[in-house]
Amino acid sequence: MKKLFYFATALIAFQSCSDTSNTKLPILGNREPVERIVDGKTVIDTVYQTISAFSYLNQDSLPVTDQDFDGKIYVADFFFTSCNTICPIMQRNLLDVYKKFKGNPKVKLLSHSIDVKYDLPSRLKTYASKLGLEGNQWEFVHGSRDSIFNIAAKNYLVSAFEDSSDPQGLVHQGWFILIDTKKQLRGAYDGTKAEQVKQLMEDMEKLLIEEADEEK
Amino acid sequence: MKRNKLVYAILLFLSITLCVQSCQNENSINYKRYYVNGKGLYEKHCQGCHGADGEGLGTLYPPLTDSNYLKLNRNKLAFMIKNGQNEEIRINNIVFQGQMPGNNSLPDIDVAQIIVLVASVKKTPYTMTIKIF
Ligand code: HEC
Repeated sequence: MKKLFYFATALIAFQSCSDTSNTKLPILGNREPVERIVDGKTVIDTVYQTISAFSYLNQDSLPVTDQDFDGKIYVADFFFTSCNTICPIMQRNLLDVYKKFKGNPKVKLLSHSIDVKYDLPSRLKTYASKLGLEGNQWEFVHGSRDSIFNIAAKNYLVSAFEDSSDPQGLVHQGWFILIDTKKQLRGAYDGTKAEQVKQLMEDMEKLLIEEADEEK
Repeated sequence: MKRNKLVYAILLFLSITLCVQSCQNENSINYKRYYVNGKGLYEKHCQGCHGADGEGLGTLYPPLTDSNYLKLNRNKLAFMIKNGQNEEIRINNIVFQGQMPGNNSLPDIDVAQIIVLVASVKKTPYTMTIKIF
């Protein structure tokens, strides 16, 4: 009986130890091994997928490029203003994320409109204002059809496409994608599910700590 | 023998009270059933925009808390749920204008159940304005 007790306490102690170890967020997406010669020896580095350069117009009709996100972590999603299925839920949840990190210079949000025909900057502005937003910590962007759909599929790995059989003509997934300062994918969360959005906020805190550690 | 009588008496009493209760409660049971079904339908068709507690979202989607508006438009409610609406309206003293989508395929019974739920959303006093943040 005594032995069992010791065993149990040891087990608990051991488990609680491993729980507190600070695990880093994984790096998602495609990766490639790249050989490099260091001091005459070949070492293999893994190169992870990153977000390519982009250039869009935001809700203030100002250009927004990948450089505006340099040195910041950000959350990207795809939506459109007249979408009445999952977008209202997604943007309601993203508003919670915004409120939590509001004013933090290291954090930005990026909502791409996939309704490239109608969601011109003026319409994005109305939408942002109605959400009660000011400033550009949260960018709502308008871009060409190709640039938006390509970056969704190839870089953020979110499926979004025009589909005439859909009542609203546009089909897309409700992922929130977390990007680090190296423009790598660090997490994907279902933006329509409250508990996954909570996880996103926790992971953002974690990522901010990791980034701060690396800066030192 | 005496004990048996007592048992019968108790049983009779119980069944009578049950009967009476079920009669009395039929209305409220109906209401509850409508409410429960309405809640499921609300979550599916309305909650995304109007929120889990009918609180709305910014000035994008109005809250369902303005008893004055709902009272004045009581007769239009079923129609607007079925066909949608896009006009300038004033909810809790704030102007809203947006596209509420219609729900053409909803059967009337579902619309009725949703209306029971909308009516049950906790209302704000008319003079109060909703804070967005
Ligand atoms: C895509 C978002 C969306 C969905 C889904 C939606 N609504 Fe609305 N609703 C709106 C908008 C926008 C308005 C304002 C319409 C206007 O300006 O005329 C509105 C207005 C209303 C109003 C009148 C104003 C008020 O706040 O009291 C009621 C009642 C209402 N909706 C109920 C519902 C019900 C019930 C459902 C589900 C069957 C529903 N809505 C689904 C967006 C939505």
